[in-house]
Amino acid sequence: METTYFAIIIGSIFVNNVVLAQFLGICPFLGVSSKVETSMGMGAAVTFVMALSAVVTWLLQTYILVPLGIEYMQTIVFILVIAALVQMVEIVLKKVSPSLYQALGIFLPLITTNCAVLGVAILMIQKEFSLLQGLVYNVSTALGFALALVIFAGLRERIEFEEAPKAFQGVPIALITASILAMAFMGFSGLV
Amino acid sequence: MANKVTMFLKDKLLLTWRGVIKENPTFVLVLGMCPTLGTTTSAENGFGMGVATMAVLIMSNIVISLIKNLIPDKVRIPAFIVVIASFVTVIQMLMEAFVPSLYASLGVFIPLIVVNCIILGRAEAFASKNGALDSALDGVGIGLGFTLSLTVIGAVREVLGSGAFFGFDLGCADYMPLVFVLAPGAFLVLGFLMVLFNKFLKK
Repeated sequence: METTYFAIIIGSIFVNNVVLAQFLGICPFLGVSSKVETSMGMGAAVTFVMALSAVVTWLLQTYILVPLGIEYMQTIVFILVIAALVQMVEIVLKKVSPSLYQALGIFLPLITTNCAVLGVAILMIQKEFSLLQGLVYNVSTALGFALALVIFAGLRERIEFEEAPKAFQGVPIALITASILAMAFMGFSGLV
Repeated sequence: MANKVTMFLKDKLLLTWRGVIKENPTFVLVLGMCPTLGTTTSAENGFGMGVATMAVLIMSNIVISLIKNLIPDKVRIPAFIVVIASFVTVIQMLMEAFVPSLYASLGVFIPLIVVNCIILGRAEAFASKNGALDSALDGVGIGLGFTLSLTVIGAVREVLGSGAFFGFDLGCADYMPLVFVLAPGAFLVLGFLMVLFNKFLKK
């Protein structure tokens, strides 16, 4: 598959934004994004885990699943590897860098159930990327996730001070805001 | 005796019905948002995703409630995930074989049933504490609620966006704003349906 790195980066941050165009990782998008600061922490944690999972899942797929002809085990293997990876990152961070653990720690358990990590790992395999392309794809997708999260958090901090009708309060108004944000991101389509 | 039987049936029916309105996974619990937004471009896709999720939910609920005493408490979440992932793989292979067009249009969201919080949530909150029959009925109820929500969202988006209903052309496709089938429409339709749900159905 012929794809330049530049096209992968711009494509996955802006054009096919993981949250606003592909609907992956909506749960943290709606759940964690009430403050700009926490959504930056979440974005950083996701970027870190996605970069690791890109390498590990790519190697597993290429050197274990495909040679053995058991590609149908992909879903089970990937989710277990990602869960184990998150656990491991948590343990290592706690030992090596307590300050970073303080900053990212609370977000790490949430990432296992973040469908963006598993979804992007599967998409990366489907698109038949090489290892480096896959890594770039995963990291820039995670950056797109962080970008959407931070923008959305900024909007929600403002919405909190507005009085919405009772039926709109909470999730509905957030969804409608996300819709307008998605419309803005549609402006990027056709860029790559 | 007959009284006992009707009581029993009523009890089970209430348990099942609870998942449809009172604990509707989409509109009340707000779980499983990714497939809800990502697969509802048409009523048929939404319905297909709902049924696939329901099948996985019922089977994983039954199995988890049967093996709940065998799993050590500390490793229960990974154990649940393996059970769920196995059923997702089964459903994935069945769909690829029997409904290839639906399989193609749902794409990556079929393997992603594994990380649907509804399924792990029910395993943790219900199936790990209740018997097999109750867990199966809980799966049916929550699954029906999810399928119903997805079908409604899909139908609204399909009618507004492409002027069709379950693939049946309503003859007004040229006048409909395509945006409802695209990403912003998903957020918008779900947001407004949730408002209607809050207004009229939530007690």
